[in-house]
Amino acid sequence: MYMDGFMKEYTQRDYVGLEELVGPIFIIRNVHNVGYNELVEIIDDEGVPRLGIILEAGKGYAVVEVLKGTSGLSLKNSKVRFKEKPLLVGVSEDILGRVFDGTGNPIDGMPRPFYDEYVNVNGLAINPTARDYPENIIETGISSIDVMNTLVRGQKLPIFSGSGLPHDILGTQIARQARVKGESFCVMFVAMGVKFDTARFFIRSFEESGVLERVTVFLSLADSPSIEKTLTPRLALSCAEYLAFKKNMHVLVIMTDMSNYCEALREVSTIRGEIPARKGYPGYLYSDLAGLYERAGMIKGVKGSITQLPILTMPNDDITHPIPDLTGYITEGQIVLERELFGRGIYPPIAGLPSLSRLMKDNIGEGLTREDHPALASQLFACYAKVKDIRALASIIGEEELTPLDHLFLKFGDEFEKRFLNQGHYERRSLENGLDLGWEVISILPKDELPRIREEMLKKYYKPRKNES
Amino acid sequence: MQKVAGKVYRVVGPVVEIEEVSFLRMLDMVEVGEFHLVGEVVRLIKDRAYVQVYEDTTSLKAGDVVYTQGYPLYVELGPGLVGEIYDGIQRPLSVLKEKEGVYINRGVHVNALRRDRKWRFIPVIDCGHTINEGDVLGEVQETPLVKHRIMCPPGIKGQLKWIIPQGDYTVDEKIAVVEKEDGVSQEITMCQRWPVRKPRPYKEKLPIGEPLITGQRVIDTLFPVAKGGCVAVPGGFGTGKTVIQHQLAKWSDAEIVIFVGCGERGNEMTDILLTFPKLIDPRTQRPLFERTIFIANTSNMPVAAREASIYTGITMAEYYRDMGYNVALMADSTSRWAEALRELSGRLEEMPLEEGFPAYLASRLAEFYERAGKITTLNGSAGSISIIASVSPPGGDFSEPVTSHTKRFIRCFWALDRDLANARHYPSISWIDSYSEYIEDIKEWWHKNISEEWLSLRYNIMDLLQREQRLQQVVKLVGPEVLPQRQRLVLEICSVFKNAFLQQFAFDPVDTYSSARKQFLMLKIILQFYHTSDRLLKKGLRIAEIKEKPVYQDIMRMRLKYTEQELNKLEELLKKVEAMDSEDL
Repeated sequence: MYMDGFMKEYTQRDYVGLEELVGPIFIIRNVHNVGYNELVEIIDDEGVPRLGIILEAGKGYAVVEVLKGTSGLSLKNSKVRFKEKPLLVGVSEDILGRVFDGTGNPIDGMPRPFYDEYVNVNGLAINPTARDYPENIIETGISSIDVMNTLVRGQKLPIFSGSGLPHDILGTQIARQARVKGESFCVMFVAMGVKFDTARFFIRSFEESGVLERVTVFLSLADSPSIEKTLTPRLALSCAEYLAFKKNMHVLVIMTDMSNYCEALREVSTIRGEIPARKGYPGYLYSDLAGLYERAGMIKGVKGSITQLPILTMPNDDITHPIPDLTGYITEGQIVLERELFGRGIYPPIAGLPSLSRLMKDNIGEGLTREDHPALASQLFACYAKVKDIRALASIIGEEELTPLDHLFLKFGDEFEKRFLNQGHYERRSLENGLDLGWEVISILPKDELPRIREEMLKKYYKPRKNES
Repeated sequence: MQKVAGKVYRVVGPVVEIEEVSFLRMLDMVEVGEFHLVGEVVRLIKDRAYVQVYEDTTSLKAGDVVYTQGYPLYVELGPGLVGEIYDGIQRPLSVLKEKEGVYINRGVHVNALRRDRKWRFIPVIDCGHTINEGDVLGEVQETPLVKHRIMCPPGIKGQLKWIIPQGDYTVDEKIAVVEKEDGVSQEITMCQRWPVRKPRPYKEKLPIGEPLITGQRVIDTLFPVAKGGCVAVPGGFGTGKTVIQHQLAKWSDAEIVIFVGCGERGNEMTDILLTFPKLIDPRTQRPLFERTIFIANTSNMPVAAREASIYTGITMAEYYRDMGYNVALMADSTSRWAEALRELSGRLEEMPLEEGFPAYLASRLAEFYERAGKITTLNGSAGSISIIASVSPPGGDFSEPVTSHTKRFIRCFWALDRDLANARHYPSISWIDSYSEYIEDIKEWWHKNISEEWLSLRYNIMDLLQREQRLQQVVKLVGPEVLPQRQRLVLEICSVFKNAFLQQFAFDPVDTYSSARKQFLMLKIILQFYHTSDRLLKKGLRIAEIKEKPVYQDIMRMRLKYTEQELNKLEELLKKVEAMDSEDL
């Protein structure tokens, strides 16, 4: 996105010769007036330029990290140009419907889009007093999200998955189906460290369903340099900020896979010789992740919004691993995929109890979604929790020993999973239908077991089955 | 006033090394480069100084000039603090927004206190008096809730030569002149400065004796905190730490509340800023905004300022304490502060200990918590600071360094439980792992103000909860059906206690706050229900029959049903429960 066309933004000063090359980093001496975190262009022996960023700016020297790696660079012949500005990214509305690589170059065979302006990739912190509280939901067409863990505009709601679980399918399904009522809406799909097959799957799935024109894809493949992977989400978020806060669009940013991002960050940090904290991850992992996640939100007086749906695979399904742990501390809830549900063929395998959307409470109910939504969601959670307890008890004392009520709960649990949670990869179920289905399965239980739902609601929506009443 | 202190030698993230340094002292505040980025000296070696910079250092260069005013990082103290929202180094965010727009740019210098606002100053002392440090010179009605006492700053004493008559003045105007003992005249304004890392002086520490009533039942009744006490609230993500902090900021009966959002979510601060002006204090019927100071250094704001935010908060707390107020400081979250410490320590290439935290983590925590307490101020009145600090242990593991060190310096511990949170039992304070060492200190207050029975009832219910936990282990193996009726009653009562007492909806208008009296009545009702039911069981009734009684439903719904104005109905309910066994048999 910055490779050509806008170099006029930068001044140039050339130096020849490096002092030291280690991994993706080099040290150069006898340079002056170089600023921390600024952009550098390195021209290798063949005359091909690559980009670098200044990690340490000292008196008469600089330490530079090369984005595309240092292979083929020589100490003697490498030419270094200091650009005297931090890394900028070009943004415009023309990026919609396009596919870019991890550094922002188009890879869909079309020419580079025209950019309206160039902005710093790291963005700036939003003043908390300028933020607006997220409101209005985003309908994903997936009942277990819309009904149970509602996604709200301006929210950051990650999907915690494990290797082998269908998070990619879920991610693309959300990108295809997500809607906001009557407003302009687009999706940034950011893939970091994904395999080529997966990348192709993403693009094809968008093309086939005809939504590509409102999706922008950033692909940083598994074999691209680690530093590039740490840059890709920042590029995408800078574009998202432009579309949301300058062009009043509602932008949904799907980032997969944050675990690859963190691995890349760890690798880069180790090469830089930084002191590691937990499990070798740098001590600033929290601040770094916050620098990405906190770019979600809404601003007072601006119509657009940035909603984030980061996807991460928990190493070894361990939710206490630093990546899901620190993510959970920053984001507003989490959607957890469960291996056991997946094993039973239920898609999407969204675990009932550990999943949570913190911003749901203020944005559902009468006048927002439907009057029965809060009570029904809360009651479904409570009843499903009880199902889990009864199943645990049944595995010890045997199902025969259970009371008739317990059996009803088991039946509810089965139907809840098979009918309510379960839905097709291309099935778009409206919130309305999702709620109705929720009532259908919860009506297996007697009214007395539904204390969280008020009497009037029960009268209106509770529908006992004929053969059982 | 600003002098050149040296030149930048090298820049690595927020740490800047400076050369050609001659007169800088440790912790002196400096301004670096053309943008005048604010920083603090953290290490001095020969003619070099290391500075931690509170703002983004992008584009700083070797050779950039560093300036200093020759004093340490300070906060401005004076009328205008209450109701304002600051970042970690006391820049008012609302003013930044007016000046700079939506995003926080670097190198912006604004005064913490508005210079254009006039305050009505009412002198309370006449000329000619001898005055000491901390003596009150006059008063300003800062908000309808807070009477701001203008005090003689520490370090100044002598004879009051002149004091301005009642009138409206800005914080920069001279309001008094003191002739010090050495004959020098000292001008006093309504605004004073204090270095954030230095505790403000006081006369002596006092023993603790009064609870901080928070209106949260599980806290006030089971694990109370005292005015002047320290609490840690550890819990993994999603266990409800922040909601507890918000509830305490809203309802605790402190006169001043300082909320430090340290490295947390931007949207949470927005939530607070939007909801607080609408909330009404149940005691004074005024908006809670009028007694609260906010400090917001969200997770994406510079990490060095996050480290400073805790000190900025506690220094403001001490200032209001010195006026004789009870101050509550909420810090959410101290783990983020510790991580900022770790990040900066790493950049300074210090030797790391456990999990990369620096060796001085424990002593920094100790210094912070020791700034809480109940004290006699320099002018002889009593004030207190209570600290409620949340801790975010990685993976919910309480053995990690920040939680385990924090436990050494606090006396009250509210452990948040993941299982309770998953079952949507909020507040998810575990009754098994939590403790409070303040119970003995504050029992006198309860006995004097509420009832002599308080302590014994509390031990009664704790005993039942312990028994229930043991019984639950049996139930897990064999199911509840096989237990004898009297043991099942213990399970039943604990279930009632959990549903009707411990759980509290923060978002329900009635349930969000329970007065001490209501809490006591509810506890008494539940325990009375236990004793009466136990008698009924002996007479041959079964639990299912007891549960069908109308009082049972009444008990289950009492927390939502009866407002603070209807406590007499709770007393009626208590009488009904007492009479339960006489009515049937």
